[in-house]
Amino acid sequence: MTRTRLWRKPDTLSLVFIVLGTLILLFILVPPLKTIFSSSAGTLWNTLLDEKVYSSILLTIYAALIATLIGLLLGVPLAYVLARHEFWGKRFLEGLIDVPIVMPHSAVGIALLFVFGSNFLMGKFLNNAGIGFVDEVSAVVIAMMFVSVPFLIDSAREGFQAVDVRLEKVARTLGASPWRSFFRVSLPLAWRSILSGSVLMWARGFSEFGAVYIVAGHVPFFGYRPVTAPILVTELFESPGGLGAAQPLTALLILICLIVFIALRTVAYKGKKA
Amino acid sequence: MIAIKNLKVDLGDFLLRDINLDIEQGEYFIVLGPTGAGKTVLLEAIAGLYPVVEGGIWIDGREVTSLNPEKRGVGIVYQDQILFPHLPVKENISFGLKAMKCPTRDIKPRVDSMAEVLGITPLLGRSPPTLSGGESQKVALARALVTEPAVLLLDEPLSALDPETKERMQRELAEIHRRLKVTIIHVTHDFEEAVALGHRVAVLNDGRIVQVGTPEDILRQPNSEFIARFALSRNIFAGEVSDAGDGDAFIDIGGIKLMGITELRGRVHLSLRPEDILISREPLQSTARNSLEGTVTNIADRGAVMYVTVSVPPDFICLITRQALKELDLRKGVKVWTTFKASAVHIF
Repeated sequence: MTRTRLWRKPDTLSLVFIVLGTLILLFILVPPLKTIFSSSAGTLWNTLLDEKVYSSILLTIYAALIATLIGLLLGVPLAYVLARHEFWGKRFLEGLIDVPIVMPHSAVGIALLFVFGSNFLMGKFLNNAGIGFVDEVSAVVIAMMFVSVPFLIDSAREGFQAVDVRLEKVARTLGASPWRSFFRVSLPLAWRSILSGSVLMWARGFSEFGAVYIVAGHVPFFGYRPVTAPILVTELFESPGGLGAAQPLTALLILICLIVFIALRTVAYKGKKA
Repeated sequence: MIAIKNLKVDLGDFLLRDINLDIEQGEYFIVLGPTGAGKTVLLEAIAGLYPVVEGGIWIDGREVTSLNPEKRGVGIVYQDQILFPHLPVKENISFGLKAMKCPTRDIKPRVDSMAEVLGITPLLGRSPPTLSGGESQKVALARALVTEPAVLLLDEPLSALDPETKERMQRELAEIHRRLKVTIIHVTHDFEEAVALGHRVAVLNDGRIVQVGTPEDILRQPNSEFIARFALSRNIFAGEVSDAGDGDAFIDIGGIKLMGITELRGRVHLSLRPEDILISREPLQSTARNSLEGTVTNIADRGAVMYVTVSVPPDFICLITRQALKELDLRKGVKVWTTFKASAVHIF
């Protein structure tokens, strides 16, 4: 144990930092906890049983999941290439990948409409292929994917970078093809990073409001036309019920985020121990 | 048999060039060089892990220059952290057999027999992170050897081990080589390792091979600054252990016997640091067990220190200060006594 015990030497610096730290912790924790504890378990349960609510939560979970799966399929190979190869403009490219994180999300929605809207290139192509975009689940998925896939790519890249390249070299000399070496060595060794990146991507997609609101207000989903949960929260807030009407669903969404967050930390912690 | 002709590998900031080597079937071949000389690059080029710009590589008469690593029949063992950490020892060893589509019923017997050869049967069920450095190294050897490679490439395989394990592993490498008769190319920066294991040694410096020969040749007529400096820093002799008892041993190095401390028997090498040898005009009464009379044949001035060659024979190089040289009035042809402790004789 090299860590100093804070209570043994309460010097001024430690005291000041503890006070400041406590303030920011309270700032982060109080609003969500107050929202959760303001509703009784019964109210939350009844809210969950409301068709409008559960279908919107299911839609959001489902769309974020599809976005994450597509992100895995397309993002993991890119992450591997970035981790293993040096090429001109690589740093710049890595910066570009993070642009969706900093773009205003309403702007993301507009930008997506310019490509996927039915009057534009990809939109026409998708229409001809029988896939609609605006106000469809596919639009929700694409909006979520755009804003959240950088988290997966970055995390997977770090995971692959942590795998000693000599392990892949050994695998090759032992008779493994590049494919076998990737699937038997690199991927299993990087999977914790990929998994935690996936959880982060899913959670980010799940909570997206702006981009989804622009491209898909109401979407048909298993017979209903629900909106995603973050949009429903806004609609409830703007309804005559106001803050009170929005509160139980908000509590539910915070709970879902907490569960995902704890799952993520558990995965990451086990990864460190191994 | 490995033949390398005019090999050139370009890594952008590093160039390996004009590499010509012929390595015999079953030879224990050492590539010796300082850090940054390109030893690993040479090994990895042989394994097919770097594209070759010019020249070619032949393994057992077959040109492999443009073949992928998995088609070359080479095994490689690196210095450290080289096992697949997510696979148990057993599956580390069977990895190559599975990749090569070896029939399932043959895998277990081949893994078991290789584990027995290396004495790692008890480790088969363990997980790599729980193994010691020496154990990991043996598993890595088993993993490479089980695929019966035409050549085994060892990249500083002993450098990450503690001195005791290193000595044991060095003996085991020699034993494995003797039993399996596999061709080995072993790169190292450690001269003693090269002398102890190598049939022949190639000295690599700054991406070029500067000398190839037996360890003795290279030591006697060093062709590079790296070896010359090393040759001055150690007295190295080949010898045979005789009259061994209880840890103490007499080592015959061609006419004269030195006393050392070792458990080794038979043919050995020994090294003695020049600074561990005392020079006197009269025999010394002391606890040091080795005292030999000889003649000063050469004095090399290296500024603050002097290297004095005393021929017993053989020649011993001794390091003394300028002041000591003056006080003892050492000149060529003077008779002197050299004295050193049995524990100063490093036997390997």
